[in-house]
Amino acid sequence: MRRGNIIKLIVLVLLVAVATGLSIKPLVDPVNGIPLGLDLRGGVHLVLQAEQDKEGNQITNDDIDKAKAIIENRVNDLGVSEPIVQADYGKKRIVVDLAGVTDPDKAVNILKTTAKLTFRDAQGKVLLQGDDLKDAKGGQGQGGQGYVVNLTFSSEGAKKFGDITTQLVGQRLGVYLDEELLTNPTVNTPILNGQAEITGYATLDEAAADAVLMRSGSLPVSLSIAEKRQVGASLGVDSLNKSIHAGIYSLIFIFLFMLIYYRLPGVVADFSLIVYGLIVLWAFWGFKVVLTLPGIAGFILSIGMAVDFNIIIYERVKEEIRAGKSIRAGVESGFSRAFITVIDAHVTTLIAAFTLYLLGSGSVKGFALTLGIGILVSLFTAITFTRQVLRWVVGISPKMKTFWFGVRGDV
Amino acid sequence: MTKTGHSATYEEVQKLHPLYFNIVRRRFWWFAISLLIIIPGIISLFLQGLNLGIDYTGGTMLDITFNKAVTQTAISDTMKSVGLEGPVQLSNGDTAALIRTEALEEDKRSELLNALETKVGAFDKASLKEDKVGPAMGQELTRNAIYALIIAMGMMIIYITIRFQFVFAISAILALLHDVFVVVGVFSLFRWEIDATFVAAILTIVGYSINDTVIIFDRIRENEPKMRRGDSYEDMVDKSVWQTMRRSVNTVITVLISLFAVFILGGESTRMFSLAMLIGVFCGAYSSIFIASQILVEIKRHMKKKPRSGGKVAQATTK
Repeated sequence: MRRGNIIKLIVLVLLVAVATGLSIKPLVDPVNGIPLGLDLRGGVHLVLQAEQDKEGNQITNDDIDKAKAIIENRVNDLGVSEPIVQADYGKKRIVVDLAGVTDPDKAVNILKTTAKLTFRDAQGKVLLQGDDLKDAKGGQGQGGQGYVVNLTFSSEGAKKFGDITTQLVGQRLGVYLDEELLTNPTVNTPILNGQAEITGYATLDEAAADAVLMRSGSLPVSLSIAEKRQVGASLGVDSLNKSIHAGIYSLIFIFLFMLIYYRLPGVVADFSLIVYGLIVLWAFWGFKVVLTLPGIAGFILSIGMAVDFNIIIYERVKEEIRAGKSIRAGVESGFSRAFITVIDAHVTTLIAAFTLYLLGSGSVKGFALTLGIGILVSLFTAITFTRQVLRWVVGISPKMKTFWFGVRGDV
Repeated sequence: MTKTGHSATYEEVQKLHPLYFNIVRRRFWWFAISLLIIIPGIISLFLQGLNLGIDYTGGTMLDITFNKAVTQTAISDTMKSVGLEGPVQLSNGDTAALIRTEALEEDKRSELLNALETKVGAFDKASLKEDKVGPAMGQELTRNAIYALIIAMGMMIIYITIRFQFVFAISAILALLHDVFVVVGVFSLFRWEIDATFVAAILTIVGYSINDTVIIFDRIRENEPKMRRGDSYEDMVDKSVWQTMRRSVNTVITVLISLFAVFILGGESTRMFSLAMLIGVFCGAYSSIFIASQILVEIKRHMKKKPRSGGKVAQATTK
């Protein structure tokens, strides 16, 4: 019994050490690890509100779907990794998260633009819209002068464009993106091949950005920025480092406190805490919980609360020992009794976390999720892991001194 | 639950704690101390309200790190030159500026940033932080926060009533409101700014405070059926509070350790959040020990004056 338990414990310690060592790399992997929110790696969070037009036409779910598809196209063109674009039909919103985007200002401008491409005559009458475009690409102008956007019309568009240019020979043809006049050339000959060129860009970037807008098509509704949260990349890294520091120091001091106050069970508590941390982080990883700054705060807080379970149990065990039970019987009855206490107490905290998750906004949701996962995992760890380890520890020797449980002999 | 040996008596519990004093008998002291903190807070709430951040009022907040030290007037003047105004806060050796102003459209924002760069000084674009919240979003946040609080409290009342008794639920909720009022009152008194995470802090405090109270109530629920003829309810509650004292104190210590770490090392973004949590958790532990059970005693005393009828129902819900 005795030697068996010691071996079991040693094997367990080694197993946990190995598991911890093996976990670090996959968990912090920048690509497949726990995803970091944009407050930790920099990026933009945008809430785009669909605005009713002047005629007061209702915004339909179809409009939102179309707008979402177009925004997705534009985001993909920006080359952002793992963009998140979500539609909120009830509130007529599109929520965009671009983590790790290099030029957030440019991204914001591209996303919010309606981008209605129109061709107008000298009187400003709209002759053709950008819907008939097949493609648009930024490139260098002929003869290496300036930069241009090359338009390719669909077969139907090519026909329409041919008709227009035939009519307008010798007159000006205005090309507008929304209300901005891009170019206003004079038509020399009819253009029948469905190719057109918009000249006058100073840089390739500008041309490419407009090409993205023309290619993705125009938004069916105009969008305004209802909320924008932008975090610079280096600021995000800074926040991440600070949170990790806070977490490490909090762990060290809790470890010391438990060790000094509870002695042997304190060691078990600290050990359980490591296992707890591992399970929580793997749960984040498994559920693809995006870790944000408030989320990390929630996690650190849940470490403090996870210890609570151990404290409740140990205090109870101490009481049982004082009441005249053996250490082993004390552990068993202490556990069963403390369990009722803990369930009632933690359900109430879970209620708070649950409501926060349902009604909270983005950052608050992240906090609620990590707190909720933390509570559930702490229950799980305590029932399975802590209990078994404690049983093995007290099974080592039936004559174990109560001193090791922090119970004074005289009481 | 089967038990061998005997559970501790009131006298044994008293002897076990070197610092023992009768908490229940002095309950009016604790009520007075709490009122002493809450009343100024409530007066302040009525007189000056809360210092609501842009998350609630709507607006734009820019956190800019300049390459060298800047002055407040330089920034304010630049803002004026583009037709904007708002408070400017400098920190980090006057290199970091926190600017608050109305919700800016993209064009206006670029105009301001360009003006700042040319007139005040170059800044690091990679450490720029910007928050813009439209006015409608702010109202939505406030409304959701209030809903969340009401729903959470309603669910907790139901849960505690099922697991304990309605009186326990009422006492716990009163203690919890006590904590919320202390935190909100202190934030109002000191004019500390309230952002979106404040709601999360308040709700976590609510969860923590209830959690703490329930642990003590759980002990009262356990001790109540064991009362002998002639035992007073006050003594039983006092015993229960002291039996759980070590746990109450130790848990609040570990949670405070976590929160202090976040408060000191976690950086600017989570500072107000952890400050609210620190006050709330401390207050939650205090109210669990000194307020919740004492309210319970008071309610039970008033119920007892009427003919005893409901007093024994408690046992049925224990198991």
